[in-house]
Amino acid sequence: MERIPILRMGKLLLVTIQVDMHDRLALTLQDDLTSRIVKDGARGVLIDISSLDVVDSFIGRMIGNTAAMARVLDAETVVVGMQPSVAITLVELGLTLSGVRTALDVEKGMALLARNGTV
Amino acid sequence: MTIFNSTAAPTSTSPPDTLPIRSDEQIVRLRQFVREKAVAQGLSLIDQTKFVTAASELARNTLIYGGGGDVHCYLVERNGRRGLTLEFVDNGPGIPDIQRALSDGFTSGSGLGLGLGGAKRLCDEFDIRSAPGEGTHVSITKWKPF
Amino acid sequence: MEMVGGTRLAQLFTSNQEQLLTEWFAQQHAIASRRGLVGEAELRNQFTQFVSLLMAALASSERVDFRTPAWQDVRAFLSEMSAQRARQGFTPVETAMFVFSLKQPLFTRLRDSLGNDAATLADLTWTISTLFDELGLFTTEVFQTSREQVIVRQQQELLELSTPVVQLWDGILALPLIGTLDSARTQVVMENLLQKIVETGAAIAIIDITGVPTVDTLVAQHLLKTVAAARLMGADCIISGIRPQIAQTIVHLGVNLSNVTTKATLAAAFIVALQRTGKSVTGAYGQDAGRAVRSGDGLDSLQPE
Repeated sequence: MERIPILRMGKLLLVTIQVDMHDRLALTLQDDLTSRIVKDGARGVLIDISSLDVVDSFIGRMIGNTAAMARVLDAETVVVGMQPSVAITLVELGLTLSGVRTALDVEKGMALLARNGTV
Repeated sequence: MTIFNSTAAPTSTSPPDTLPIRSDEQIVRLRQFVREKAVAQGLSLIDQTKFVTAASELARNTLIYGGGGDVHCYLVERNGRRGLTLEFVDNGPGIPDIQRALSDGFTSGSGLGLGLGGAKRLCDEFDIRSAPGEGTHVSITKWKPF
Repeated sequence: MEMVGGTRLAQLFTSNQEQLLTEWFAQQHAIASRRGLVGEAELRNQFTQFVSLLMAALASSERVDFRTPAWQDVRAFLSEMSAQRARQGFTPVETAMFVFSLKQPLFTRLRDSLGNDAATLADLTWTISTLFDELGLFTTEVFQTSREQVIVRQQQELLELSTPVVQLWDGILALPLIGTLDSARTQVVMENLLQKIVETGAAIAIIDITGVPTVDTLVAQHLLKTVAAARLMGADCIISGIRPQIAQTIVHLGVNLSNVTTKATLAAAFIVALQRTGKSVTGAYGQDAGRAVRSGDGLDSLQPE
């Protein structure tokens, strides 16, 4: 079964989503991430979606839920690299991802997490 | 030739492509297919993304709510403008209250949560025909403006 | 009444092409040379192309229906021709005449070849008449659309000239909006801003609406959508230059700005932006005092005012 790889860098987990995920794959990623947060004692999660040229409401909600679950597990999530057309589309759909922090790229995302003393 | 809910009926410039929607992977395949067609018709990046996203939403409805179905893709034109039309057809239970389904966003958290309103906002034209026991037929169109 | 006689008409074209060209050309040439834009050879070439596409479409079926796929090439040709004429400055009538100038020559040929067969003559006359009316109207519609395209393109160019995105500082962009905003314009401008955010890696964008006299619900919604989209991408927006009247409108419209930072002036917004990007500002407001921006250990002072 295909999986999205999750990299560990100290207390940080980095996920780079480079494929157009079908719904089951997205849910698997959610499971994997939450398991890894606990297993690795991670305090920060960086989700890089700069390769995604489409994010629909299902994937969007998955990301939002993942961030919420991570917070319950005492880890901060930052979503980075959302493309402008994807952002405009999600706003049009009414998906605000209000509980999720965002940054323009991985570097800025890591700086954000460091600034908050997370990692 | 299909009749559309508009004043001057757009003309289909070629026979439609039909894709099945019966699995998760097929929804992904549809997204890629619609992206290709949208690029070919010359839609801007933002319009492509909006339309592909709308297609994804409706495809998921067809799969989950409609029990699976098909989508027909037409290259269309009207008054010299090119566009893309998708028709989502299923023989599922049908939607009892279309108005409500259109007004509920997925954020409503309700059981329906069909997100039809969102998909409609992403398209230039949106037509839905559905009734309990009669399945659902949704048609969306995006035009290349200039 | 249905239009029939496709094959018969196709034959008519085949046997009379030269004469048709001559008579059609006489009318068209006068128009084209008045404009001085389409040469004789090109005109002849266009006619020949048009006729051959027409013949193919007519020959394809007995029933003549302009809307069917068999006529797609004809439609495509007329679209292209009409758009070209529009760009070249021909009037809609002149452009439609490309098609209509062929009617008379055709009627003449019909009468000649069908002189005694009144019924067939009536049918084919009806078909040609209706078909050419549709073709002519089609060119007019395409012409209209092309003109609109030109106008929109010009508007966009004007737009880009009048609303540049400025980089005020490292990571801080400003978008000063000037003039009335309509829905379409606002959308284009906002998309441009989001693109610039990605290109420059800016963390903050200041949208200044000092130069905007009125804001209606649609524009306010676009502004909010842009702020929301920028946020999703990882950048913050500050809206500045909200005049009292606009503030009133916004409240009356029930627009919710609680999640958006707003400042009365671009300058105030700039200071907030500097602070948010890790710089601090010292210095007194006043005519002689300069404003200084401290970053790191040095105190770099900017020019006064």
